[in-house]
Amino acid sequence: MENTSTYHLQADELDALFAHLEEQYLVYAPVRIPSGGRYAQTDSVLYRPVHRYEDIEYRERSTYPMKEVLTPITQTLFYFTEDQYQESKPPAKDLLIFGRACDINAIRIQDQIYLLNGGVEDPFYKRVRDRAKFVLMECAQQFEGCFCCSVGANVTDMHAMAFSFGERDAQIEVSDEAFRDYFSQAKPSDYSIRFPEENELKVNYPVIDRMDMANRLKDHPMWREFDDRCIACGSCTVACSTCTCFESTDIVYTQNAHIGERRRTCSSCMVGGFDQMAGGQCFRNKTSEKYRYKILHKVYGHDARFHTGPMCVGCGRCSARCPELISYPATLNKLSRAIEEIQPEEVAHHA
Amino acid sequence: MLENPIKPHACEILDILPQTETEWTFRVANDRPVRHGQFMQLSLPRIGEAPISASGFGSGYVDFTIRKVGKVTDGLFSLQKGDSIFLRGCYGNGWPLERFRNKHVVIIAGGTGVSAVKSLVDMMYNDQSYAKDLHLIFGFKNTCSVLFSDDLLRWKNAASFHATYTLDAEEAEGWQKGLVTDFLGSIPFASFGGDYECIVVGPPIMMKFTGLGLLTSGVPEDHIWMSFERKMSCAIGKCGHCRIDETYVCLDGPVFNYTIGRSLVD
Repeated sequence: MENTSTYHLQADELDALFAHLEEQYLVYAPVRIPSGGRYAQTDSVLYRPVHRYEDIEYRERSTYPMKEVLTPITQTLFYFTEDQYQESKPPAKDLLIFGRACDINAIRIQDQIYLLNGGVEDPFYKRVRDRAKFVLMECAQQFEGCFCCSVGANVTDMHAMAFSFGERDAQIEVSDEAFRDYFSQAKPSDYSIRFPEENELKVNYPVIDRMDMANRLKDHPMWREFDDRCIACGSCTVACSTCTCFESTDIVYTQNAHIGERRRTCSSCMVGGFDQMAGGQCFRNKTSEKYRYKILHKVYGHDARFHTGPMCVGCGRCSARCPELISYPATLNKLSRAIEEIQPEEVAHHA
Repeated sequence: MLENPIKPHACEILDILPQTETEWTFRVANDRPVRHGQFMQLSLPRIGEAPISASGFGSGYVDFTIRKVGKVTDGLFSLQKGDSIFLRGCYGNGWPLERFRNKHVVIIAGGTGVSAVKSLVDMMYNDQSYAKDLHLIFGFKNTCSVLFSDDLLRWKNAASFHATYTLDAEEAEGWQKGLVTDFLGSIPFASFGGDYECIVVGPPIMMKFTGLGLLTSGVPEDHIWMSFERKMSCAIGKCGHCRIDETYVCLDGPVFNYTIGRSLVD
């Protein structure tokens, strides 16, 4: 990258750096939550505000993706009374968010929905996004199920700084001028931040370039197995770096039911009620239909709207979180085979 | 912050006009422009928001005809004239009016779908030179679920209107018994000289079979227009509930030409 400088900082210098950064920024990074995991005596790694370098858990993939800083699982949009809706407060400081290349690339997809789609910017996303800068976390090792290289999400230039983590030191590459002053006393280094070049898991990400193919795939028998295997819990969506869907729900205060909050909560097309209209009617009643809808959105629907390829950054979290051990990459490979099955039939049909 | 596009505004309920026991029209103060076939996001007390078609509008007001469907709408049905309701919008593309001008217009609507075309029918009633003539096939489940009774009568007596009203499974004076699709054959498509447009709105299953029925009657796909109803939390292309592949019903619809609408598989 042009105009970058790299510095080598020791533990005490890193703590001073974080203290300095906190004057302007709310710094978010993955932290280990002891016994916070799904099973007894297991931890989780979640995004939290950090104050010191050693707070950051860099050895493990975070349980949930970086998007939860920008679009929390639940947030209050408005406070309402009988007469008016009042917007909730925006963040008090700028945000500095640590994430891996896949996490940062996923923000492009979040931006497409929240800022570009329909030419309307979502004000609650924009007010956070405008104040957010990203710090790349170098992937010294890869995690089970990572396949960022298969979807081109292994490299990014959307970051202001990049960290290569050590136990008691870090190499820091600075690419955003606004951070140069933080390193005026720091020791320069000739270290180069590396991006993952190859994953152990390789996925042949399917390409569907027309609606009639997508519609033919909707009737394919490949989805049927998920009626038995998938429990439609939505864990994959919450863990997904690129899923954006949400629900708006009003809650009222028990003392006065005319006063309350309008909240935005992460939603999932996997969960019952996602497509349910006020009269009770749904369009996708079977779990296999919900799963098919989710997968085809990632492979076809998003790309057909924005023309930017997969709605997936290969972070591997969906498979890691699935309680039924359903592999998303295996589904993609099945989908690729289904496309190959259909294509010769079509060629024969048109011959 | 510029005006927040999802911030609702309190609007006074000017009148409440019961249509049936379970379907009421709420007339609400509104100065924002509305086009035929558009919808607004209505805040349902203690629940959240839902997209509701404007069933009518005029100077200073907009009408919403809403069915009481349990707890979702309970709060709404306990409101009274003079109370406030929160609104935002309008949203959606609405009906392509210019396509209908000086043509024979066929409108087939079922149940609450009639709400989505009521203002359009009224516009053509008030200006009967807008279209060459208007052929209506409106169907309801039974006499208890008939909406806009007075309007139906008024439209039936209009000189340039040809109205067929149906009940699914009940016999009643002035009503045909059967589904709307049973009466497609009564529309004299052959006499239109190709100069016509069809509008279809109602429950998804009704729209599916009406579309197929029109094709069987020799109607070209691009002469058919449909309005889709879907769940929406935002109506500005963010929440994802109304998405069908690359199409967002809130942004790209709710009105679709059949050439597009027939390929939208949820």
